[in-house]
Amino acid sequence: MSADIHPVVEALGVSKRFGSTQALLNVDIALKSGRCLGLVGRNGAGKSTLVSILSGLLAADTGEVRFSGESAPPLGDISAWRSRIATVFQHSMVVPQLTVAENVFLGGLPDRRGIVDWRATRAQTRRILREWDFDVDPTVECETLTVEQRQIVEIAGALARGTHILLLDEPTAALERDGVRRLFERVRALVAGGVGVLYISHHLEEVFEICHDVVVLRDGEVVLSAPTPTLTQDRLVSAMVGDVAMPVTAARSASPAYRTARQTGAAERLVVSDIVAASSRGALLGASVVVRAGERVGVTGLLGAGVATLGQVIAGTHGYESGTIRFEGRPLPPGRPDAALSAGIGYIPEDRWLEGFIGLLGCAENMTMSITRRLAGRLGILTPSARTRAARPLAEQLSLVSRGLGQPVQELSGGNQQKVAVARAVAIKPKLIVAITPTRGVDVASKELLLGALADVTGNTGASLLLASDEFDDLQICDRVVVLVRGQVFTEFTEAPYDDEELIAATEGLLAVGRN
Amino acid sequence: MTDVRESETATPPELSETFERRSRRVAAIAFVRGAALLPVIGVLLVVGSLVSPAFFTSSNLAGVGQQGSALAVTVVGEALIIMIGGMDLSLESTFGLAPMLAAWLMVPAAAYGNGASIGPVLGIVVLLAVGAAVGFINGFAIVKGRLNGFIWTLGMTIVLYGLMDGITNGQTLPDLPNAFAYVGSAYAGPVPVSVIVTVAIFVLVGLFLRYHRWGREIYAVGGNRAAARAAGIRVDRIRIGVYVAGSVLAAIGGLMEAGRLLSVASTQGYEEGIIFNVFAAAVIGGVSLKGGRGNMLGAASGVVLISLVQNILDLGNVSSYWIDAIDGAVILAALIMARVVGGEATAE
Repeated sequence: MSADIHPVVEALGVSKRFGSTQALLNVDIALKSGRCLGLVGRNGAGKSTLVSILSGLLAADTGEVRFSGESAPPLGDISAWRSRIATVFQHSMVVPQLTVAENVFLGGLPDRRGIVDWRATRAQTRRILREWDFDVDPTVECETLTVEQRQIVEIAGALARGTHILLLDEPTAALERDGVRRLFERVRALVAGGVGVLYISHHLEEVFEICHDVVVLRDGEVVLSAPTPTLTQDRLVSAMVGDVAMPVTAARSASPAYRTARQTGAAERLVVSDIVAASSRGALLGASVVVRAGERVGVTGLLGAGVATLGQVIAGTHGYESGTIRFEGRPLPPGRPDAALSAGIGYIPEDRWLEGFIGLLGCAENMTMSITRRLAGRLGILTPSARTRAARPLAEQLSLVSRGLGQPVQELSGGNQQKVAVARAVAIKPKLIVAITPTRGVDVASKELLLGALADVTGNTGASLLLASDEFDDLQICDRVVVLVRGQVFTEFTEAPYDDEELIAATEGLLAVGRN
Repeated sequence: MTDVRESETATPPELSETFERRSRRVAAIAFVRGAALLPVIGVLLVVGSLVSPAFFTSSNLAGVGQQGSALAVTVVGEALIIMIGGMDLSLESTFGLAPMLAAWLMVPAAAYGNGASIGPVLGIVVLLAVGAAVGFINGFAIVKGRLNGFIWTLGMTIVLYGLMDGITNGQTLPDLPNAFAYVGSAYAGPVPVSVIVTVAIFVLVGLFLRYHRWGREIYAVGGNRAAARAAGIRVDRIRIGVYVAGSVLAAIGGLMEAGRLLSVASTQGYEEGIIFNVFAAAVIGGVSLKGGRGNMLGAASGVVLISLVQNILDLGNVSSYWIDAIDGAVILAALIMARVVGGEATAE
């Protein structure tokens, strides 16, 4: 391959403005064949806008996109764009009811005179899957596949169309550790086969692991563009964050309240005993956990181990078949989030789009939705100003950035949406906060801020915390980390800082080497 | 999906005043959106006065108001149900069955009643109870039984209409007691009582939706059921409650219609096919069929628009064979205009 060959895709001087917001300003990036280019930046830096422009979903105000030196097809010509570039979004875009082969050829099934040629569809799918060593059966329906396998189907679909440019938008967000490792192997194989990969991620260690080059966006501008080996993690973070100092996490060690609690043998606030709960995302098969007053307990495990399910069961958004949950001595009925809430359990859900907020409603209303009974006057009258009054201190505490507390939450960036979900849990002045992967999809600085806020709230008010997360980094604020394996407690760690390798071994159900 | 740029720092406290002001501005924009149909209504008023000199007479407008009131109250009921993300096709049958059952118990056997001859006040209680019962059955089946709301209420539509026909052998029940017919037929000066009651219902429901805890919970449940549940809202109660309220409102609409005609015909509601106008008025008025979005000002303007169109077609001596085609086309045109003027409000 000669050195002067055009990049497979490039953006030249691309700018895009939404109303008063300059989303992108004069952005140049170039992706070459057989290279993996990392694209990083904080929430709201313009990554999504750039991805939309590169995949033909949005028009740039100025500047242009070129494929191998040629002008991009017109905006509406979706099939022309799709034959050049394929975007694998965070949320799976496969049609669950159709088979793998149908999804691979979605929109262009091989046919003979207009009649679908099923034999060819299956054969070609099998050939592509074999060629790239993807382990999926072309004849099964996609709803039976794991998240990882669905991602493979999407990538195979792109390859079937002859696309040699892949945009992977947070591809590891829903994968477990082994899945991530296998994804990296696949990406390396694709890159070695001449595919150009644009890799978007919040996880800098991933970028260092598989990207040849990195582009950093900040406030819509490229602030850094360099080969990965020449960079350090600190350099990358400071480029993302800019001049502003990183918020310092209030407490990264065990909470003082807990130290006292352990000495005095503080009361058991939450007692979960032998919970059995069916769930497609990891069943619980007799899980038991105790959380004491003021204690921060982390729960972790592999994707199907039931970590999120345990959090949901305690918060009442998921029912259970047997076992008991007692909160301050009183039993909590299964599947009753309202009962959990009025008992004093604040809930920060895993999927904020699904459970975290109501997108059409304003920030203040969402943040105070859990305390309307308290805010409302006699006869249930609830004025917008009462909501705003209650929401303002929360917004300031969490540094919420919005165009006003009446702005619909769906217009906020991901990190700020998560802050709204956190505020809703904190607003009730909880005795226990149940948080499920609260930092997923949140940028580095906002992540520190969220963890800091959780540590602050628990530290200052004596609230307990149950933090269910597969991000080991988050667990460092916990006094104790419980590891679930296949729906049961496997072991627990009691001395922070927790060692990643020991945690990994434990989540795999292996005898923890340095078990303490 | 677009990025909304985040500034790097938190908003300082002195800016919270601006927060407040901007919240009000957002509310003001929402209000203007709700009133997006007002220019269309203005155009219709001009067209009406050009079509017929009788249009701008107080008797005609009072007639339009009286006729539109029954529809309007039913639209409030449907709008609430749509806002929680549901739909109820059977409101049109409740609109007929509730007054029919009450009339059947009130009028003498000679006028096809059953001979119980209950008083008009008890008759109204029966009417409201029928509405509440139908709404509860619908709500329970859809919410607790997890049955598909579209098919369930479609089936209920037929069942309720069949009941209405069955108990009266398809007869029209005349000679309603004056007190029963009062709301639908009486006038306070030049203004029909039904219009006053309807305006009061719109204002009360509008205020309830904006300022009552449960009203806000209706928006929350319609906007995102799982998130509302996670926020501690008793989602099932709200949903069933709204189905009950919707059917009670349809029964009140039926009371107004029966009062206006001083009789209950077996065609009232289902055979007239009012459900199309009910949905059209709500959706033209900006109530989102996806739930979570809509307000009473919009719903009211939707009703006014549809009532005016029908009145103008009547006054314009349009051939009765063509009225449906023109009526339907005008409603589709209004939907397009509402989409253009109201932006996202009626988009989905």
